[in-house]
Amino acid sequence: MSNLVLFPVVIPLIFAAILMLFPKKLHMQRAVAIAGVAATLASAFMLFSKVNSDGVQAVTLGSWPAPFGISMVSDMFSVLLVLSSTIVTLFVLFYSIPTIGVKREQSFYYPAVLFLMTGVNGAFTTGDIFNLFVFIEVLLMASYALIVHGGEKPQLRESIKYLLVNIISSALFVSAVAYLYSVTGTLNMADLAVKIPQIEAVGILTVIAVLFLVVFGFKAAIFPLYFWLPGSYFAPPMAILALFGALLTKVGVYAIMRTYTLFFTMNTGFTHELLAIIAILTILAGCVGALAYFDVKKIIIYNIIIAVGVILFGISQMNAAGVEGSIFYLVHDMLIKAALFLLVGILTVIFGTSDLRKMGGLIKSYPVFGWTFLVAAFGLAGIPPLSGFPGKLLIVQGGFEGTHFWGSLVILATSLLVLLSVVRIFIYAFWGEPVKIATIDRKHYLSMFVPTAILVALTVFLGAGAELFMPFISDAGEVLLNPSLYIDAVLKE
Amino acid sequence: MRTNDVMLQTATKVVTFIILMFAVHIFFAGHYTPGGGFVGGLLTASAIVLLMLAFDIPTIKKILPINYVVLTAVGLLIAIATASASIVFDVPFFTHAYDYFDLPLFGETSLHSALLFDIGVYLVVVGVTMTIIQTIGEDE
Repeated sequence: MSNLVLFPVVIPLIFAAILMLFPKKLHMQRAVAIAGVAATLASAFMLFSKVNSDGVQAVTLGSWPAPFGISMVSDMFSVLLVLSSTIVTLFVLFYSIPTIGVKREQSFYYPAVLFLMTGVNGAFTTGDIFNLFVFIEVLLMASYALIVHGGEKPQLRESIKYLLVNIISSALFVSAVAYLYSVTGTLNMADLAVKIPQIEAVGILTVIAVLFLVVFGFKAAIFPLYFWLPGSYFAPPMAILALFGALLTKVGVYAIMRTYTLFFTMNTGFTHELLAIIAILTILAGCVGALAYFDVKKIIIYNIIIAVGVILFGISQMNAAGVEGSIFYLVHDMLIKAALFLLVGILTVIFGTSDLRKMGGLIKSYPVFGWTFLVAAFGLAGIPPLSGFPGKLLIVQGGFEGTHFWGSLVILATSLLVLLSVVRIFIYAFWGEPVKIATIDRKHYLSMFVPTAILVALTVFLGAGAELFMPFISDAGEVLLNPSLYIDAVLKE
Repeated sequence: MRTNDVMLQTATKVVTFIILMFAVHIFFAGHYTPGGGFVGGLLTASAIVLLMLAFDIPTIKKILPINYVVLTAVGLLIAIATASASIVFDVPFFTHAYDYFDLPLFGETSLHSALLFDIGVYLVVVGVTMTIIQTIGEDE
């Protein structure tokens, strides 16, 4: 029993409620929001060190015995994700202050971000499949508020699509949970992991597993369910886009990783084969999009889809290399996607457009910015020693060790396409003839660039210091590969 | 054109109080029997909405000068604070406490910390429902 598990979920909730009391007081809003995220980060670090020293932490709410009450579980995998999502939110907050606009700040922008964080951290921590639905709804509610926040015309148009897709997938989610309950009689994930191997009706469980893949696939934007993502993510301002791109799809990816390693393992020949094929198709579809557009936002948005494919391919292999690679790549991807979106955001502020063809020659006036962008781009593509490399290496190794060597080949080949797609931004925006740009106040520029640069530096540290992080990643992978560790922590408190 | 709504207004003046009383009854009925903060909150909100239909939004705002967003926030804080009290006592989150007390008039009554949580839920439900309805209602 350890209530510490709940701190990263409850602290942002408390601060969000406090922020709702005085929406118009600008400085208070900023200060309290940052204090809230910083407190959450501190609690996440405490939880991390606790999990690192004492193993999987679990608490079942309301003192009910474990399979009956709602369990919250924090293993290394979930705490790593909670940590990275909180770090991303902190930097996005710093970036929002100069960019989001006073009007948005005064109409509940910060509470919405903190509610989003409650939902994301809760989804990463919960050990109950219905509670997962609840936390996903919490983060969706906050994301509805954020996507329409400001009420610009494209935002209104895209938010209707976003709402419809998510309401339909949520309805499917509840039905899938109901099917699962009617077959197994439990919703506690640890208990599911105990009960599912004892059930002989593998056929119906396979159907349910695929249904869950569809539900989480909507959130994670896998092929062919990613159709809503490029349009919807294009609409809101860059800070919100960075949050969505870094966190929201990752919740779907996390849910697939958790369910497909913990309990949907009764028919891996079908379900994980399907997952591998879908993952590869997702990568290919994302590559087509990333190369097709001349819009910097669109290019990075399609790169979200590619990363989702890479991570899911690793988990579909179900061997140590693949799973550890997926975890590393997931953490890397949260940080690097946020960093890239923020960098691209600065580009669009400088040029006043997101169209690559209207950019050029920025390396002369903003050299540091240019090289930072290049480092982030190389990190995304996975050039050693940057942070994309160790994860991708392990995933590819996992594919070769497993039965899907062709998948690994596709990942290696598409890495070049990913590199091309982001280096294209570098070439168009920083090389060539300088175009006329409006001068930006130096202070304003620095207030956007500094948080972004620190985030990029963090990804470099994650890549160059991979040796330092690998023990934690292997710990996380071990729990995913040996569900008994997770089950014992929850059921034998 | 102004329609004649004397009947509606007269009836509302009485019915509102019946609904509010029923809301209180349902609110306290919760825990052991069906009811609780959520339904109680919805009933209270429906009583206020009925007032708004019978009269108009400016009048009701004058009678009940409540900022419903703040009401929601206060409700949330009460609910979280009740749930978080378990952290102080070092028992799992959301664990509730109860005991039996001899109260004048009521006799032996069981008092729950869950009631405090329900008050929070009640305020959140009233606040959110009224915020939504007011936003839609004002948007003309």
